[in-house]
Amino acid sequence: MPSKDALAKSVFLCCAIASAAIILAILGFMVALGIPLFRESTFSAIWFGPWAPHRGAYGIWAMICGTFWIALLATIICLPLSLGMSFVIASLGGRRIRKLLGALVQFMTGIPTVIYGFVGIFLLVPLIRQGLGGPGMSVLTASIMLAILISPTMILFFTDSLLAVNTAYVQAAKALGANRVQRLLYVMVPRALGGMASGFILALGRALGDTLIALMLAGNAIRAPQGFLEPARTLTAHIALVKAADFDSMEFRSIFACGITLYLFTVLATIAVRMMARERVAVS
Amino acid sequence: MLTYGFRIGMLLVISLLVSNPCLGGALDVFDGQKGTVKIAGGTAHIPVMKEAAKRIMTRNKDIVITVAGGGSGVGIKQVGEGLVDIGNSGRQAKPEEVEKYGLKMFKWAVDGVGVVVNPANPIKSLTKDQLKRIYAGEIDNWSTIGGTDHAITIYTRDEASGTRAVFWGKALDKGEIVTSALFVPSNGAMKTAVANDPYAIGYVSVGHMDETVAPVALDGVTPTLETVKSGQYPIARGLYSNTKGDPTGLTKLFIDYLLTPEGQQIAAENGFIPVK
Repeated sequence: MPSKDALAKSVFLCCAIASAAIILAILGFMVALGIPLFRESTFSAIWFGPWAPHRGAYGIWAMICGTFWIALLATIICLPLSLGMSFVIASLGGRRIRKLLGALVQFMTGIPTVIYGFVGIFLLVPLIRQGLGGPGMSVLTASIMLAILISPTMILFFTDSLLAVNTAYVQAAKALGANRVQRLLYVMVPRALGGMASGFILALGRALGDTLIALMLAGNAIRAPQGFLEPARTLTAHIALVKAADFDSMEFRSIFACGITLYLFTVLATIAVRMMARERVAVS
Repeated sequence: MLTYGFRIGMLLVISLLVSNPCLGGALDVFDGQKGTVKIAGGTAHIPVMKEAAKRIMTRNKDIVITVAGGGSGVGIKQVGEGLVDIGNSGRQAKPEEVEKYGLKMFKWAVDGVGVVVNPANPIKSLTKDQLKRIYAGEIDNWSTIGGTDHAITIYTRDEASGTRAVFWGKALDKGEIVTSALFVPSNGAMKTAVANDPYAIGYVSVGHMDETVAPVALDGVTPTLETVKSGQYPIARGLYSNTKGDPTGLTKLFIDYLLTPEGQQIAAENGFIPVK
């Protein structure tokens, strides 16, 4: 028996090492392939300069801004929706509503991204253009669609971590006379915060990493947006648009700068939220 | 449902009856062949590629031809890397691309790139100078050139687009394109965008134009098949299918087919100008 355990242990350890190695290898690969660009140009010109390939400028600042605007606005729109939805599903709703909404959210995870993009183009873009002005393809348009796209991730994580709270705590609060809302807000939410933070990161990660919605709905202009109704290009959409350029060209190399930037954002977001969650757990 | 199925059935029968006698000759060479041809690249080429592929695959069920887009840059890159058999481009491959990959180019049609606006837009004619100033962002309201008082939404294509390369070189004389211009990834997406935005201006392959978008005359010449053919409308380019080295087998048969009278007919039906 111990030998079997040891075998299983080493197999799983290998899997874990392999997946960690792949993630590091991807970073190494991007840096290696991006080296010609970093040699040709300075770091600040790449990160903060303008994008004008025919003038030899390959800056991705506008795309960094675009990514931030769209991803943050999407999570800001998504967070209250998901909180409300998960509160209803995990505790406040009646049995039927909880079942119905749970099924709905699970169904939403299965809808392909392109469907959201398509609906956005024919429904949301004209609506924004007529209702709020601007060209219609804008930060706001992409963020609204993106918020809907990432909401199942947030809702499922929120719900699962709320439901995973030890029932003994909930029962104890009930015995002390706490009503449903009090039990939710003062017992379940503080206990579930770590899991909810993971859900939030995952959703933010999806928003940062999604390509199609921004590509179809944000307009892809190569200028940092000045307002919610202006078009913007995300790093991912930029990669999708530029990947067709000549393999050896600097345009193509700039893709790797975008990749590294996205990678760092995701790492930073993960670290930040993890630290936040740890502090909260320590306090409570 | 029955009538629908019936109608499709009738269409199939009719199309077989109508097309078979005249195709007989050109498609004969595909008899007894087997295998796949992978095609990618220029988005202007797609309708012709799909029609040719459909006719060949209808004739011989053992042949599978896949057609993907991506843009001219993708076409050249993918065929050069050996990912596809035929890489389409709406521009000549650059000398360094030809040298690096050993590309062979086959030009099978000529295509114009026309400026388009939404059909609801009253402006149907521009001078080249006005067009350049619109794309440079100097004219940013339709009222400046006699249209409705609303900001102009400029649509353009990404750097890998052959359509963009021709438009930028021959219509804008390599002038600036304002950074607030919106980017769309294909000829089809351009048409959708302009068709849905009453204040849009964009450009598409003449072969892609239909009633959902309105062509704009440039210096008095409307982009149509005739004006591109006669050379009156100057913004035109060749449509190329490229292979890595000399084409062989099915790939060669496919390219030869594009250059037969029947293949050229397909190109003409899709709004391109045959080269033969």
